[in-house]
Amino acid sequence: MKRVVGVVLVVVAGTAPFWVWNAYHLHTLIMAGIFSILAMSLNLLLGYTGQLSLGHAAFFGIGAYTSALLTLKLEWSPWVGLLVAILLPALAGFVIGRLALKLRGAYFVLLTISFAGVVSLVSVNWMALTQGPLGLPGIPPVELTLPGLGAVSLRSKGAYYYLVLGAVVLAYGVCRRLVHSRLGRALVALRENEPLAESVGVDGTHYLVLATIVSAGMAGAGGGLYAHYTRFVSPEVFLFTYTVTMVIMVVAGGKGTLAGPVVGAVIFTVVPEALRAFASWQWQMLLYGILLIATLFFMPRGIVPELADGWADHWRPRPRTP
Amino acid sequence: MEPLLQHLLNGLLLGSTYSLLGIGLTLIFGLMNVVNFAHGEFYTLGAYVTFAGLTVASVSFVLAIPLTILAGMAVGAACERLLLRPLRAASIDTTMLVMIGLWIALQNAELLIWGGVAKSVPTPFSTQPVVVGPVSVAPLRLFVFAVSALLIAAAHLVLARTKLGKAMRATFQDRETAALMGVSIERIHTITFALGAGLAAAAGALLGPVFLVYPSMGDLAALKAFSVVILGGLGNFAGAAVGGLLLGVAEELGAGYVSSGYRDAIGFVIIVAMLLCRPSGLFARAERVG
Repeated sequence: MKRVVGVVLVVVAGTAPFWVWNAYHLHTLIMAGIFSILAMSLNLLLGYTGQLSLGHAAFFGIGAYTSALLTLKLEWSPWVGLLVAILLPALAGFVIGRLALKLRGAYFVLLTISFAGVVSLVSVNWMALTQGPLGLPGIPPVELTLPGLGAVSLRSKGAYYYLVLGAVVLAYGVCRRLVHSRLGRALVALRENEPLAESVGVDGTHYLVLATIVSAGMAGAGGGLYAHYTRFVSPEVFLFTYTVTMVIMVVAGGKGTLAGPVVGAVIFTVVPEALRAFASWQWQMLLYGILLIATLFFMPRGIVPELADGWADHWRPRPRTP
Repeated sequence: MEPLLQHLLNGLLLGSTYSLLGIGLTLIFGLMNVVNFAHGEFYTLGAYVTFAGLTVASVSFVLAIPLTILAGMAVGAACERLLLRPLRAASIDTTMLVMIGLWIALQNAELLIWGGVAKSVPTPFSTQPVVVGPVSVAPLRLFVFAVSALLIAAAHLVLARTKLGKAMRATFQDRETAALMGVSIERIHTITFALGAGLAAAAGALLGPVFLVYPSMGDLAALKAFSVVILGGLGNFAGAAVGGLLLGVAEELGAGYVSSGYRDAIGFVIIVAMLLCRPSGLFARAERVG
C-alpha cells in the first residue's frame, strides 16, 4: 500500500506541468517546492537536534542575495550563483554553530534570531551592495545547456517547476541519507539525552555544528532558487514571516520525520493560496498563529506521524480474542 | 562634551522603559521558565489600549496608564490560564512554540483591528523641550522616566516585601515545598505572568506616545527585552533594571556616534556578545546555561 502511494506521488508530481494549465496554480506548486526545501532544512535542526532556529530566514535571504548579486554584478552563471548560494549560508551556519557551542534551547533561539536581525539590518543599510529597500530587480533566469538544443532558458514556469522538483528530491535524499547515517543517530541520541549520548562518546557540539551547516546550506539553496524564480530580491526575504511559516510547516507536518516538512510545506502553501480570495493576508497569519497553538495542544507530533499511526492501526491484523 | 551628556541623558530616559520590559520578562522567562516570545505583544497591547483610551474613550493620560496596566494583566492572566496551565508538564520548547503562536496571532489581530498605519498618541505634554544647563529634554520623556521609576520601585516592593512576593519566590525555588507550605502554586503562576505582562503593557503605554504605535512595534521590543534579561541575568530583578538602562545608553551612543540605521542592531549585538562571553549575565553568580 505504501508503495502504491509512493508511485502515485511520483507520477502526480512528475507530470504536474502537463495537467496544471493555470499559470497561477503552477506558481503555487513551485513555491510549495521551495518551501519544502526550507522546511526540510529547518526540520534537520528542530526535528532532529531539537534546537529551534528562528534565524532561518537569514540563511534563506543570504542565499537569495548571494545568487542575485553574483549573477547581476559579476555576471556569473546562475548555476555558479546557486552553488555559492549554498556555500555561503553554509559558512554562516558553521559560524553560528561554532558560536552556539554549549548554548541550547532558548539561548540557541536567541542567538539565531539576533543573527537574522543583524543580517536584515545590513541588507537595508548597506545601500552600495544591496540597494537597500529598493531591492535588486532583473536577476537573470537560469539557463540550461542541453546537447543538441543549445542554451535553454528556464524562464517558463513549467521548466522551473522541474528544476525546483529536482532540488526537492535532492534535498529529500540528502535528509534521508543523513538521518539514516551515524550523524542522524547521533543527533537523535543528543536530542533525547545529551549527557548520556556524550558519555558514550558522541561529541554534541561537533554534530550540532554539522547539522547547522547542512541546514543552512539547504535554506540557502531555497533562497537561490527563489531569487532566480521571482527574479527580484529585497530585504523582505529576511522577513520573520518566512521563518514563522517554516516553523509552522515543520511542526504541523511532523517534526523529526522525513515526509512531515514536505507535507506541511505543501499544505501551508496551497491552502493559504486557496483561501486568498476569502481571507486577507492578516487573517491567514492570525490563523497560522492559532493553528500552531492548536497543533501543539491537540496533535503535538504533527500530521504525518498521527496519520501514519492511524493507518497502521487500521491495517494491522486484529488479534483474535480467545 | 554636550552631545555626549545629551546622549547619556536620552539613553537613561529611554532605558527606564527597557528596564520595565526587561523586569516583566525576567519574571516570566527567568522565574517561570517560559520563553515568552509574546512579550512584545503585551507591549503593543499597552500602546494600543492607551491610544484607544485617549482617543476613543478620551480619559486623561495619567488615568490611562493604570487602566492599561490592568488590561495588560488581565490579558496576561487569561493567556497563562488558557495556554500555559494545561502545558505545565510539557517541555520548555513546547511552551516556547505556543508563545510564538500567540505572538503571531495577537500581532495580526491587532493589525486587523487597527490597520497597519502607524498612529501617534496625543498627550497633554508640551513638545517644547525643557533646557537644563547643557542638555534639553522633552517633558513627556521626563514623565515617562518618572513613571517607569515608580513602577520599578513598586514591583520591587511587591516582590521583596509582601507575602505574595515571598510566595512567588518560594514557588519558583521549589514548587513542591512551597505547595506543602500552603502556597497555591497555580495561582502564583498566573499572578506572576500577569505581573510580567502588566509591566510590558506599562512600557507600551509610556513609549507609545514617545514614538508611534503600530502592530509590529512589539517585535523589536521583545528582542530588546530579551537582551535586557540576558544582560542582567535570568530572573535577576536588579540586573534587569540596570540592564535596561545600559541598553538604552548603548543604543543612544550607537545611534549618535556610529550610525542611526544600526540603532536596533545594538540589542542583537548585546545578545550575541553576552551569550558568547557571559551567558549568565553581567551581575550573576556562576550559573549553568542551557
